[in-house]
Amino acid sequence: MNAPVESIATYNFAYLDEQTKRMIRRAILKAIAIPGYQVPFASREMPMPYGWGTGGVQVTASIIGPDDVLKVIDQGADDTTNAVSIRAFFQKVANVAVTTQTPKATIIQTRHRIPEHPLAEGQTLVYQVPIPEPLRFLEPRETETRLMHALEEYGLMHVKLYEDIATNGHIATTYAYPVKVKGRYVMDPSPTPKFDNPKMHMSPALQLFGAGREKRIYAVPPYTDVISLDFEDHPFEVQAFDKPCALCGAENVYLDEVVLDDRGGRMFVCSDTDFCERRREAGHGGEMGAPVEGEIG
Amino acid sequence: MSITEDDIPLLRVSSLSKSYGARVGCQDVSFELWPGEVLAVVGESGSGKTTLLNCLSTRLMPTSGTVSYRMRDGDWRDLYRMSEAERRFLMRTDWGFVHQNPADGLRMTVSAGANVGERLMAVGDRHYGRIRETATDWLGRVEIAEDRVDDEPRAFSGGMRQRLQIARNLVTAPRLVFMDEPTGGLDVSVQARLLDLLRGLVTDLGLAAIVVTHDLAVARLLSHRIMVMKEGHVVEAGLTDRVLDDPHAPYTQLLVSSILQV
Amino acid sequence: MPTPLVVSDVAKSFTMHLQGGIALPVVKDVSFALKAGECAVLGGPSGAGKSSVLKMLYGNYAVDTGQIIVDHKGELIDMAGASPRTILAIRRDTIGYVSQFLRTVPRVSALDVVAEPLVALGRNRDDARDKARTLLSRLNLPERLWSLPPATFSGGEQQRVNIARGFITGHPVLLLDEPTASLDAKNRAVVVDMIAQKKAAGVALLGIFHDQDVRDVVADRMIDVTRFAPERAAA
Repeated sequence: MNAPVESIATYNFAYLDEQTKRMIRRAILKAIAIPGYQVPFASREMPMPYGWGTGGVQVTASIIGPDDVLKVIDQGADDTTNAVSIRAFFQKVANVAVTTQTPKATIIQTRHRIPEHPLAEGQTLVYQVPIPEPLRFLEPRETETRLMHALEEYGLMHVKLYEDIATNGHIATTYAYPVKVKGRYVMDPSPTPKFDNPKMHMSPALQLFGAGREKRIYAVPPYTDVISLDFEDHPFEVQAFDKPCALCGAENVYLDEVVLDDRGGRMFVCSDTDFCERRREAGHGGEMGAPVEGEIG
Repeated sequence: MSITEDDIPLLRVSSLSKSYGARVGCQDVSFELWPGEVLAVVGESGSGKTTLLNCLSTRLMPTSGTVSYRMRDGDWRDLYRMSEAERRFLMRTDWGFVHQNPADGLRMTVSAGANVGERLMAVGDRHYGRIRETATDWLGRVEIAEDRVDDEPRAFSGGMRQRLQIARNLVTAPRLVFMDEPTGGLDVSVQARLLDLLRGLVTDLGLAAIVVTHDLAVARLLSHRIMVMKEGHVVEAGLTDRVLDDPHAPYTQLLVSSILQV
Repeated sequence: MPTPLVVSDVAKSFTMHLQGGIALPVVKDVSFALKAGECAVLGGPSGAGKSSVLKMLYGNYAVDTGQIIVDHKGELIDMAGASPRTILAIRRDTIGYVSQFLRTVPRVSALDVVAEPLVALGRNRDDARDKARTLLSRLNLPERLWSLPPATFSGGEQQRVNIARGFITGHPVLLLDEPTASLDAKNRAVVVDMIAQKKAAGVALLGIFHDQDVRDVVADRMIDVTRFAPERAAA
């Protein structure tokens, strides 16, 4: 999988120049110091369009070293376009080792998922964030939302949840579900399913969030309280699935629906592809998939 | 009107001035407002009444002068020396602000229930059922049918929007409400209904209010006292009946004589 | 006999700024006192300033000079210099007023218009309405009108609502501005009766009555307003 070494000479290590990395690292340090607070940074043009993870890529580029092992996932999968191209990018500009295995990675850049395999101390999870401002949809003025964060005026966040219940009878927000970090800042966890929210709470890993287009970085340091907002009479709940993964039989994991044919055939499989494969290698099987022999990826 | 003479004022305004460069917004305004008292500020467009209202409600910083407010705990606080956090807290708990255009005071894209419930959630109420019950109750008090609780104000008429705005402001039982031409953009028949509703609520809740209006009939119906403004100055002030029946200042006489009789 | 209201040396003029600032003197040297349990009547031709005197006593008109001392809950207060809040308190507790015309409020029923002064005094709303019913029926206002806002009532009907509203409380001083002007003989008699009851209860009344027979029956004393005419005072 590693890219040819000779091409690295064209770029500084990890693409960004050192001054830019220092600027971003300062933003990251500030973000870690104030968990959940959105730190503005001078987001750079990256060789990919906005919306393809430019914020996450800049964060990763600023913290990655030659000894790091990088994993990139998109919606839990290691082999979708976004994940493949970002992985290839860092192979090319930083010549780092890459992996699909969660426990082996030191840095995991993610779009919309947190791996099922529990993260450990020393690992860093880098989120790609499209819209960092959780209050945006109810209060479009950035001057006002910044003030609301500063003054801890978060009633509006509950207005959103109230609307959910009024409209749907329950809190229908299933992704980008707002959380309160360390009892202070309300934060958008990026469009991860709310299923993953509990994994953010007291995680041993460092979680960094980069929004390239909106030029914001925020962070959740290891072992930090991350509480999903809710009502007393409508407490926060994660999604539950009726059946286990059709391929590996895993329960209590986040499943994707896969349409099999045009006659209504469908299956539910792990969204985290690496997790699913490791389980099948370990001898687990589901109703539509047998255990696999040998190593994949 | 539950006014007793030994009450202590709620608001003390002294020598309040606001200028925009060389232009005068309002000049040297002083008065006191007591709990349960409704003060109408009348004058034509550009007379400084809205500038005054915005300064009093801390939406605008005055050039000079002080405004003190007696907090619920009895402490007097200088409004312009409060922290922004305290001021904003005050504005969404102990105060209300009714805008002329309801769209300025409502969230047009969330339901009526959420509009009313927002202040409750802002002060920490976290029980959906209770919030909704309170919101529904308030809709009833402003004569909006309960089954509209989940509708967005975009689907409401102008009069309903204004009543919703009032409910949204009153749900935290504020002691002081600022109103900027509350009946301004409404049809006459809708105005009458709103005025009557406001009059009832102000009396029942013992609200103090400062109502900016150019409509002397609104002032007569709602207020105990009137302040007449012209070119940024208070030209006359007093008991509403007295100012309207026996106007002293030339400008007040002009205003009173300009009312169309039906 | 207590004297709840004393007027001394009151003068009133209007300055008409829209007519080049000319001063229109209305009354001068107004001095009289009202005793509890009596009904005094302001007399004099139209334009002599009878209504102006009543309006000064109720605070609608400011006075230029002089004093209007009222016994407000045991305290003697000069209304001429009193703050708006004080005037409102005096109106609530001490001085009642039946005006010539009813200032109608949209949508409020006749019953609640009448009950309101009692409610303002802190009385239970149901009790206040009961008392309002008693008064309206005594004044022969048809029951079907009670729940309607008086805006569309005839002059006589509005007048009776107005009277009931003024008489519902036990204010120690009651000002009456032509309360019987648009009433028929039957209802005039009711009002005369009600005034007598107020007197018996120790209320001091001051009224303007155009109606000679009513005046003759209720008046204990005539205060001739022409005495206070500015021209005469100057002469």
